[in-house]
Amino acid sequence: MGDGHSKEDIKKHVKLYIGIFIALLVGTVVTVLAAYVDLGHKMNIALALLIASVKAFLVAGFFMHLTSEKKTIYTILACTVVFFIGLMALTVIAHFDVPTIAGSGH
Amino acid sequence: MEVPYTSKPRPDTGLYNAKVGIWLFLASEVMLFGALFSSYILLRVNALEGTWPHGLLNIPIGTFNTAVLITSSITVVMAWASLKLGQFNRFKIYQGITILCALAFMVIKSVEYKDKFTHYQVWLKDGETIRGHIEVPGIEGKPWFMTHKKLEAMEAVDHITIHPDPKPHVASAGGEAPEAHKSENHGGAEEHAHEPRRIEKADIKRLSAFVPAHSTYFAIYFTLTALHALHVMGGALVMAYLWGPGSKMWKTDPERFTNRIEVSGLFWHFVDLVWIFLFPVLYLL
Repeated sequence: MGDGHSKEDIKKHVKLYIGIFIALLVGTVVTVLAAYVDLGHKMNIALALLIASVKAFLVAGFFMHLTSEKKTIYTILACTVVFFIGLMALTVIAHFDVPTIAGSGH
Repeated sequence: MEVPYTSKPRPDTGLYNAKVGIWLFLASEVMLFGALFSSYILLRVNALEGTWPHGLLNIPIGTFNTAVLITSSITVVMAWASLKLGQFNRFKIYQGITILCALAFMVIKSVEYKDKFTHYQVWLKDGETIRGHIEVPGIEGKPWFMTHKKLEAMEAVDHITIHPDPKPHVASAGGEAPEAHKSENHGGAEEHAHEPRRIEKADIKRLSAFVPAHSTYFAIYFTLTALHALHVMGGALVMAYLWGPGSKMWKTDPERFTNRIEVSGLFWHFVDLVWIFLFPVLYLL
């Protein structure tokens, strides 16, 4: 049930793949154009990462079939997400954890 | 010994083994690239005001290379879909295009790297910095990997000539090709910016090509893109094997062969995914 790999399903998928391909190309052009528009430094960064995340979702979700995978894969990826967040959190903590050296002005 | 579940799903996971394997591997890859991305963030956030370079990479080339990778991502999934539909000949075409895209990506990346290795920044002792291409007496063509230390050791050389970039210093978001000659209606100082300029060796404080030693930006740029390029090469090798000799398996065990294409495709999509983040982070922001 719902494996989605019968010949009819594959034919439907192919249409979806082409749609995503076009969306990814459009996304690339939009990212480049958005970089030339001055929205303020932080907004530019946020927008670029947002577009990249949407593109990443399209690739992972459909090209890598993550929207319809088995539970084992989701479990593996859930662990990855936890560790990835931990890694980034450590980076943020490191950024704020700068020792004050007396008299150095830092 | 027969390895079980190479094509049939294992009852407990519902997956053939290689698929669990590749996802575990990709999970570790996420951490590998994640560590380097976090290094990038730390380097960038802690860079002194105004020292993080902008617009030093060629955006049109980077955009084109992004499109090349995206194209290879659709062909790799089409190759798998073709096998699912039993169309081996179409698989051969799609897989072939994927490999060509991988090669194209590597060629373009090499050209970009070469441009960086022969493009320079000079810091003068009076505080001025100039970017451009240099000529060193006694060296044919554009010198590669020149540094002030190497210049120092060249006793016969007392000066270099620099061809400053059309848009000195203030490259904002635009990474225009140096050849793009703008008309002369610029303001005073910029008008002479294109003209070659002689610089005495004694006036040079530092000279560096756009190599990892140039700055933390280029250090992380080369680390990230070179690691990514290694992944492209590795993926291309596997896909080339599966396109060529490895495709014999289609006759003996088509299901297992289709799974191999799916697994190599998953890796390839991951490589594309990394680039989706690398491109804006390194080229645009």
